Amino acid sequence: MQEINHTGSRTTRLLGAAVILGLVVLFFLGWFVAPEDDEQQDAVRMIFVHVPSAIFTYVAFMTTAIGSAMWLLRRSVWWDTLAAAAAEVGVLFCGLTLFTGAIWGRPTWNTYWDWGDVRLVTTLILFLMMIGYLSVRSLGGPETATATRAAIVGVLAAGIMPIVNRSVEWWENNTLHQKSSLTDGNLEDMTLFTLVVGLVVWGLFFWWAVLHRFRIAWLERELRSTDLDRALEERRAEGEPEGEKV
Amino acid sequence: MLADIRLVAAKDLRIEWRSRVTLSQVLPFALLVLVLFGFALDANRAVLDAATSGLYWITVLFVGLMSVQRATAIETTDGARRALLLAGIEPAAVFLGKALAVMVQLLFVELVLVGGVIVLFDASVESLPLLVSTCVVATVGIAASGTLLGALVAGVRARETVLPILLLPVLAPVLIGATRAFDDALGTVAVDGWAWLGLLAGFGAINTVLGALAYGVLLEET
Repeated sequence: MQEINHTGSRTTRLLGAAVILGLVVLFFLGWFVAPEDDEQQDAVRMIFVHVPSAIFTYVAFMTTAIGSAMWLLRRSVWWDTLAAAAAEVGVLFCGLTLFTGAIWGRPTWNTYWDWGDVRLVTTLILFLMMIGYLSVRSLGGPETATATRAAIVGVLAAGIMPIVNRSVEWWENNTLHQKSSLTDGNLEDMTLFTLVVGLVVWGLFFWWAVLHRFRIAWLERELRSTDLDRALEERRAEGEPEGEKV
Repeated sequence: MLADIRLVAAKDLRIEWRSRVTLSQVLPFALLVLVLFGFALDANRAVLDAATSGLYWITVLFVGLMSVQRATAIETTDGARRALLLAGIEPAAVFLGKALAVMVQLLFVELVLVGGVIVLFDASVESLPLLVSTCVVATVGIAASGTLLGALVAGVRARETVLPILLLPVLAPVLIGATRAFDDALGTVAVDGWAWLGLLAGFGAINTVLGALAYGVLLEET
């Protein structure tokens, strides 16, 4: 049997190298090339981490929702594994979004947290729901049962999120959060360019992480089934115990 | 279908009536939480008055958790789930029946809790129709999502700890909506409570439909 002790392949290694290179470029652009903001000064540089993380958080959780639906509709193991991988990386990105948002909020809004902000509160609730999703995944039991349980949570979370968003929006209407930075056209050219680089680098990083996580989950599944096969084989090879032969 | 729903709901309520868990454990717990809120806020009438709606609904969420856990436990002991599956009743009817039973118990506790906040927190009811409809509509949502997630974790060893993590974030819109509607009904804050009722109804509808669809899959596969 082929021995596997890593989840890399030529594609993921190239992808990983591109991520490292991209991070170096992003760091350079973000710190030295992009100008500081008139109002926010250096704090504006947080945008290069915060916005890409937020966008890929939502990409991740949408992937989880689609994967969950595909499991329920077609019993596709591939989609179920993808949903799990995306959820795990998504929770990481979501945590990063909330964290960078909080430390960005302190110098610009003078507060770490603002209850009146729809996107903030919605994202936090989504974060907690997806932690719930991950805890369902780790409950144990038969694989198909776990997949079905998790898929229902994934679909439920996606179905509830519009209502969560709506409720938070009505709850407090005085939002501090700036409108989408990408579309309002107020960004300096170099800042916008760096942000786009940030999006690309973060996107590569996201899919790199999802790919590896997917492969680990896939191998774990394979291992569980081959373990049983091997144990059965060994048992058969032992043959009949000597003493019992008549 | 309707007869089946009634059958399942009646079964759960009969078990409840005979074991008296809601009366002897859940209800005292709910009142205890109100008393603890009183202690935590230093029995400050002004603070309690402003926070009454929120404290009321937090208490209801806790009670909802307990009721759902109880409703799930009924099915997990003695292989009752399998028997239910073999009984030839449509899973959607089982779901709706169980949710209905949870709802009836919750509404009973909510009724007593309204009395509790009137006596302990000095609340006064300004709009009884709004108060009653908020309770009914919000409870549909709590019972539906609770019954679905309860079934989801049934038969798992860590179910008591995993259920709150799953259920409470899902119920966030109910807490926000019902609290706002109660603010109006109790006259603490001038908001349009009836508008919030629409949101609660939407939540209840989505969860009832999702639950009815997913319950069969859960019964058979987990």
